[in-house]
Amino acid sequence: MELVCPAGNLPALKRAVDEGADAVYFGFRNNTNARGFAGLNFSEGRAAEGIEYAHRRDCRVFCAINTYPQPGGWAQWSSAVDQAAELGVDALILADMGLLGYAASRYPDLPRHLSVQGSATSYEALRFYQREFGIRRAVLPRVLSLNQVRDVARHSPVELEVFAFGSLCIMAEGRCYLSSYLTGGSPNTRGVCSPAAHVRWEQTDTGLESRLNGVLIDRYAEGERAGYPTLCKGRFEVAGSTYHAIEEPTSLNTLDLLPELAELGISAVKIEGRQRSPAYVAQVAAVWRQALDSLTRDRERFAPTPAWQAQLGALSEGTTTTLGAYERRWK
Amino acid sequence: MQLSLGPVQFYWARERYAVFYREAADWPLDIVYLGETVCSRRRDMKLDDWLGIGRELQEAGKQVVLSSQTLIESEADLRGLRKLCANGEFTIEANDHSALQRVTEAGLPFVAGPALNLYNLASLDTLTRRGLTRWCMPVELARDALATLLDELQARSLDAPCEVFAYGHLPLAWSARCFTARHHDLPKDRCQFVCQQYPEGLPLRSQESREVFTLNGIQTLSGACYDLRHEIDDMRRLGVAVARLSPRAEDMAEVVNAFDKARRGELPARDPLVLVDAETCAGYWYGRPGMDAVQAEAGRLG
Repeated sequence: MELVCPAGNLPALKRAVDEGADAVYFGFRNNTNARGFAGLNFSEGRAAEGIEYAHRRDCRVFCAINTYPQPGGWAQWSSAVDQAAELGVDALILADMGLLGYAASRYPDLPRHLSVQGSATSYEALRFYQREFGIRRAVLPRVLSLNQVRDVARHSPVELEVFAFGSLCIMAEGRCYLSSYLTGGSPNTRGVCSPAAHVRWEQTDTGLESRLNGVLIDRYAEGERAGYPTLCKGRFEVAGSTYHAIEEPTSLNTLDLLPELAELGISAVKIEGRQRSPAYVAQVAAVWRQALDSLTRDRERFAPTPAWQAQLGALSEGTTTTLGAYERRWK
Repeated sequence: MQLSLGPVQFYWARERYAVFYREAADWPLDIVYLGETVCSRRRDMKLDDWLGIGRELQEAGKQVVLSSQTLIESEADLRGLRKLCANGEFTIEANDHSALQRVTEAGLPFVAGPALNLYNLASLDTLTRRGLTRWCMPVELARDALATLLDELQARSLDAPCEVFAYGHLPLAWSARCFTARHHDLPKDRCQFVCQQYPEGLPLRSQESREVFTLNGIQTLSGACYDLRHEIDDMRRLGVAVARLSPRAEDMAEVVNAFDKARRGELPARDPLVLVDAETCAGYWYGRPGMDAVQAEAGRLG
């Protein structure tokens, strides 16, 4: 299984490559990718530098152009595809059908991966994308249980990549408009979720409050660990009780599932986190490199070490990890 | 302009669907979408039940469309989808790419649902060549963006009639997790069908009692009700073909009548001094956060 690591900037890319990533993925400095955050991502020059660095060390580079071209904005997205092709990336990660068609006709030899934002949760959906746009690989949304992943893998016409570690989207990716409902910007339209420009922190008599465009997302008592106000991870009131009504602030960690994922023929595991620091990316990449190497040596006797789990646990949001939807009872 | 009745997003008891659609047969609607689009565990209504209702509505002069489940997860979901697509009578609204695969493989015409993420000319062009007969705009798209896109379609002479989600709680997200079962501390697999206790969903409020979202099983809807009744004229000028009204449990006849009046230019103008009902929103249409309650005038100025 291939280890695919996030590169939010050039230092992170280099650290991921150094720690043994088989592939890294990046996006350009605009709204064409799903981490359209200020100060993140690559100019053309930095991308060229990163690609050269990775290729010299036998690491592949994928370019994420996985938001949806907006009316009147086609040129920005299609030129991102042109730019990535000219830079010599090893694959494009795309979600929009129009853009997939464009890439397939202009650059038929450049592999196309279906982004998780393409929301393909079944092999029938994968067949559609494969037949229409000749995709080589698809990243599965984080909504399927292990048994469901097994069904998809058994009949999939393309390679599969699954999320292994990082922030957990609780909603089917590509079909979540919660962020634009509160702030106007969403993953699909602007590559953002709960954007920082709309976040306000305020110390009040009742505790530390986090708001997103004025809407109270959470309120923390003294000493309570406060997290970024991602709207699905707040504490809300439902029928009289106040709790994490949608999702707790936890991270996905599938280290325990590696042997099963290998058994199913999954081609690659993906680390989320282009918005994270180079140090974070390096530590996560290092643990997963060791785990995958250990798995290759002896799949039968593979067991995550307490040290790996402790390292990953310390890097997790809310410092707890979950298997997410892979584990049926989580649903 | 035509009016459509969207699929019921909530989980109702069997009898409620029967009564609802018996009444809907007499409402001034052109198109009715039928079927369960949210959760495969909502099994009160079988395909045959929907087909029966569909035939009655068709006799009452409505065009009937069967809507597919939006989040497909299991083999059982796929079996249900295949049966739906092979119904042989009614057009399918494809709400995910699994459905797209089934209808395009079979060479069937289809309507593209709002969660298919059709934001641009190129994607519409692709699907038009595969049998798309109408598409519902993504709920988060703004009026001005739609205007641009409709101009592009016209310039390309692409015949892809557009439908706009114009009334109801906005479908905003789908998850593997069931939030209603979670609220009741029940596992999704043994949810006891608690969704039926909430014929208009379960409100989720901020700790300051602001209605933010509406929980509806695995689906999350907007807290406020989207209402574009005062934009119908504008939609017609833009060339929107259909306005979609999403069923609510109460007073739907009045809603349909108000939109019918609006399309005939008979809706009384909104009094600018009257505050917008706090429970309705129209932000998306104006390119603002969806939750915003925007007056037409204020929106245009903004």
